[in-house]
Amino acid sequence: MDTPAGKIPIVSTVLTRADHWGTVRVRLDIKRNMYRVTPGLYAVGSPTKDSPVLVTANYKLSFDMLRKELKKINAWIMVLDTNGVNVWCAAGKGTFGTIELLKRIYLTKLKSIVSHNTIILPQLGAVGVSAYEVSKKSGFKIIYGPVQAKDIPEFICNNFKATQEMRRISFNIFDRLVLTPLEMVHTWKLLGIMFVSLFLFNLAGGEFRGFMNILNQSIHNLLFYIGVVIAGCVVTPALLPWIPSRAFAVKGLLLGVLWSGFMLMYPQGFGFAAYSLLYKLGHAIIGAVISSYLALNFTGSTTYTSFSGVRKEVKAAAAPMLAAMIAALLFIAVSLVLLFV
Amino acid sequence: MKSNKHQYLKNMTTLKLDSDKCTGCGICTTVCPHNVFELSAGKAGILDRDSCMECGACAKNCPFLAITVDAGVGCAFAIINGILSGGAPSCDCDGSSKKKKKKNTGCC
Repeated sequence: MDTPAGKIPIVSTVLTRADHWGTVRVRLDIKRNMYRVTPGLYAVGSPTKDSPVLVTANYKLSFDMLRKELKKINAWIMVLDTNGVNVWCAAGKGTFGTIELLKRIYLTKLKSIVSHNTIILPQLGAVGVSAYEVSKKSGFKIIYGPVQAKDIPEFICNNFKATQEMRRISFNIFDRLVLTPLEMVHTWKLLGIMFVSLFLFNLAGGEFRGFMNILNQSIHNLLFYIGVVIAGCVVTPALLPWIPSRAFAVKGLLLGVLWSGFMLMYPQGFGFAAYSLLYKLGHAIIGAVISSYLALNFTGSTTYTSFSGVRKEVKAAAAPMLAAMIAALLFIAVSLVLLFV
Repeated sequence: MKSNKHQYLKNMTTLKLDSDKCTGCGICTTVCPHNVFELSAGKAGILDRDSCMECGACAKNCPFLAITVDAGVGCAFAIINGILSGGAPSCDCDGSSKKKKKKNTGCC
């Protein structure tokens, strides 16, 4: 559409199949860093100079989440350049920040497009944006909207007032589960390393029983480690509030120990039956440590873990984790050597 | 889910509020995603310390500089990264690091 500041693209409020497919792909980390929108100003509906201005990041998922909620609403969407990162994370880094916002207000010639002087930011953008500085330098007053885009229609109807409910961030089981595919995808390299190691251990473990047998055994061994990854990356996040302890490393350790215990009880299911208890114990420990580590990494995906808290946890967990890993590898090495004595 | 709020480690936050500078404008109660602050008798107070995740939104938006917090991401991957590289914690989510190929885990 034409405006005093030139042509502005009008975007749909209905997501297409391609948009949904793109969402699935980024959740699986397929070209996630490329999923971007060109920064600038966009129109939804047929906005006028009195229409509200909503600010978002140029991660396409953030942009889609916002525009799909704006059905029957006339508004401007201002997309900041956040390197394709969502609002909250970008605000934490400062890319969704005061300077970028001031720059974008200037570049889009917002003053010539709207006659009012308010812009609406997602509340989580406050981590990177200083509202009073923006208003001092640009004359635009910032209203912090709701945390979630789905509350925007109600927020607008409510005369730009967010309720207490809209201001608090939720992190329910669905919020957590949607993040787990990404956590899983990131472990493929770890599982690859594990598989090669398991194959080498089996190769070293006693008489040569034929390539296919060793491969078969290694695949069974890997099932144990796939279970470990599921314990750390899926079960821990899903059951997060119900697993004892506030520390994520402990939560993951507990589930890892349970799974390792299961393996020790049914070693035949994981191709470990032929080995000594020491060897199985070695893998059980490695499994528990990996689960603990993966759970600790989930802190980066939560909405409530603090910098000081995670720093403390990392510092406290590093030495025991390292010691346990060394002990476990020693157990495995010793048990393999004992086979030849 | 609202009733059982997630709880992380206790007594960790570096959040500080200087009541003398506070004018009770209430912006901190607006931007905080975890309801840490409350307004009473024209001043902000800290209602729920342990829910603070040190995101820094309150300190950044307080026009009277009454709030300080050692803000950062509560992300183990970023913190381990920072320790290993000897620099600031970074999850490298935006590919800003020189190692372009590097993948972040989780977070953003």
